Amino acid sequence: MLGDGSLERLKREGRIVVVGASLAGLRAAETLRAEGFAGSLTLIGDEPHEPYDRPPLSKQVLLGRAAADRTALPRLRSVDATWRLGVPATGLDMAAGRVRLADDDEVPYDRLLIATGVRARAWPREAEAELDGVFVLRTRDDSAALARRLEEGPKRVLVIGAGFTGSEIASACRERGLAVTVAERGAAPLVGALGGVVGAVAAEMQREHGVDLRCGVMVTALEGDASGRVRAAHLSDGSTVETDVVIVSLGAIRNTEWLAGSGLGAGPRGIACDAGCRAFDIRGIVTDDIYAAGDVARSPHPLFGYQFLSLEHWGNAASQARIAAHNMISESTDRIPHMEVPAFWSSQFGVNIKSVGVPSLGTEVLISQGALRDHRFIGVYGYQGRVIGAVAFDQARWLPFYQELIETTAAFPPPFPTVDRCSDGQRPLDADFPDPSVPTHGPTVTLGGYSPADRRMTFTPAH
Amino acid sequence: MVRIAVDLNRCQGYAQCAFLAPEIFTMHGEEALLYAPEADEAHRAKLAQAAAACPVQAILVDAVDVPAGAVSDAR
Ligand SMILES: Cc1cc2nc3c(=O)[nH]c(=O)nc-3n(C[C@H](O)[C@H](O)[C@H](O)COP(=O)(O)OP(=O)(O)OC[C@H]3O[C@@H](n4cnc5c(N)ncnc54)[C@H](O)[C@@H]3O)c2cc1C
Ligand code: SF4
Repeated sequence: MLGDGSLERLKREGRIVVVGASLAGLRAAETLRAEGFAGSLTLIGDEPHEPYDRPPLSKQVLLGRAAADRTALPRLRSVDATWRLGVPATGLDMAAGRVRLADDDEVPYDRLLIATGVRARAWPREAEAELDGVFVLRTRDDSAALARRLEEGPKRVLVIGAGFTGSEIASACRERGLAVTVAERGAAPLVGALGGVVGAVAAEMQREHGVDLRCGVMVTALEGDASGRVRAAHLSDGSTVETDVVIVSLGAIRNTEWLAGSGLGAGPRGIACDAGCRAFDIRGIVTDDIYAAGDVARSPHPLFGYQFLSLEHWGNAASQARIAAHNMISESTDRIPHMEVPAFWSSQFGVNIKSVGVPSLGTEVLISQGALRDHRFIGVYGYQGRVIGAVAFDQARWLPFYQELIETTAAFPPPFPTVDRCSDGQRPLDADFPDPSVPTHGPTVTLGGYSPADRRMTFTPAH
Repeated sequence: MVRIAVDLNRCQGYAQCAFLAPEIFTMHGEEALLYAPEADEAHRAKLAQAAAACPVQAILVDAVDVPAGAVSDAR
């Protein structure tokens, strides 16, 4: 591609295929056209819908403030493309440069972007998962079905798993006046993402809003009635919860099965790619024509010792997709690295929660502003003497400051005196993350070590 | 019909949008923003105002009219 005009030819008449037509796929397609790609562009998506936005599915939609089928993503520019929706990709032939589809069609590419994201982990016992009233929440259709059932006014809703999505669901149900039980195997909600100190605040918020929160327990079985409707759940502490709606919120599984045997470095942890979004093959050699972006990708991050990070974050999907698209049609010297500081938001029980960096990498946390008991504070996370992450509960305005501390690898604990630091914040506390060898379902950021090949990974279900 | 998304990583919760287009943007609690992901054509002007007023440009709206059927399975 060095000055022989092949890049110009690619931009003029090449074929780019995007698999996964959601946030990352759409933003990549827009960027390709914005940057002058004039060849053929094909988007392949297994969902029958045009790209839509997922964050409202556990918030506005469950609150009854928006319809699930009215969440399509805004188009930031027009995109001339062929959309193959409702058809999953089932295989990849790297040597021939072709994507195989479920309808036996094959789509050739010169450049491929994989943005197949993740799906909700289903309840592991299949017969129980199929009971009427048992839901997961990942897609527009999931959200529509759940919202419809909540409309009917169930007597009790059981949420299994108190990660961000589970907690948001519990919050929306309480706001609608529904009785809610939350069962969480860890010591507190959000503990995998934010640790035990901040998790305790999340637990307090749930209980103050009337959630029957049960931590340190597992749901062992779901029970149906004669008509196949769920009626109860059995817990590991011997108790039983009578319920007519169960929402399984046990985290996500990366959609990489369709790449099995292709030779690409794809597995249960996602698709390994370099900082420029180029995917690795299983030998650890970077490909020239295959890129990955969004929830399915894991890439080395310079701020975190170049460990592979997988991020299930909206902002990451949008920006990584733009970078992948840019790099696909650029000379190597014009490529840009994906090294944005990770950022995430959630809102639950009326509190705006935002984080920057990777709190789950922290070993210590300092409450640098506000107070835990007011549910209004900033927690700064430290790792090996530097600031690695921060979380804000109703204090979002200060986060850019903390982001800068992370970007500049500032020392932890930060030496600055803060305006409203109270007794919580006199010294760092043990951040109290669960033992990393115990799988949790809600970290939303996964550190993947240094190996691009992902071959020694064994898959441990969360329940 | 206009589609809307807000990049809530950027949003600072200053609520300018909620003043300018309360039909679409409301505060939920002290600083969490809830928005309608889709607004009527009638609100387009207000929406544009709100998006322009957002100090951190967090509000994303349709830049183009996508005619119904622009996304279809081309099999
Ligand atoms: C309920 C909910 C609430 C959320 N809230 C927040 C939030 O508050 N803040 C935040 O930062 N993030 C949030 N997220 C996460 C955010 O939505 C994701 O990070 C984002 O959707 C990732 O986009 P993506 O395009 O990478 O993947 P996805 O959105 O997962 O899209 C992947 C697409 O590829 C399709 N696909 C999979 N396999 C194939 C195949 N073989 N062939 C063809 N197509 C395939 C999938 O069906 C899907 O349509 C939330 C997610 C959910 C589900
Ligand atoms: S104007 Fe912008 S920053 Fe302020 S609340 Fe609205 S979206 Fe957020």
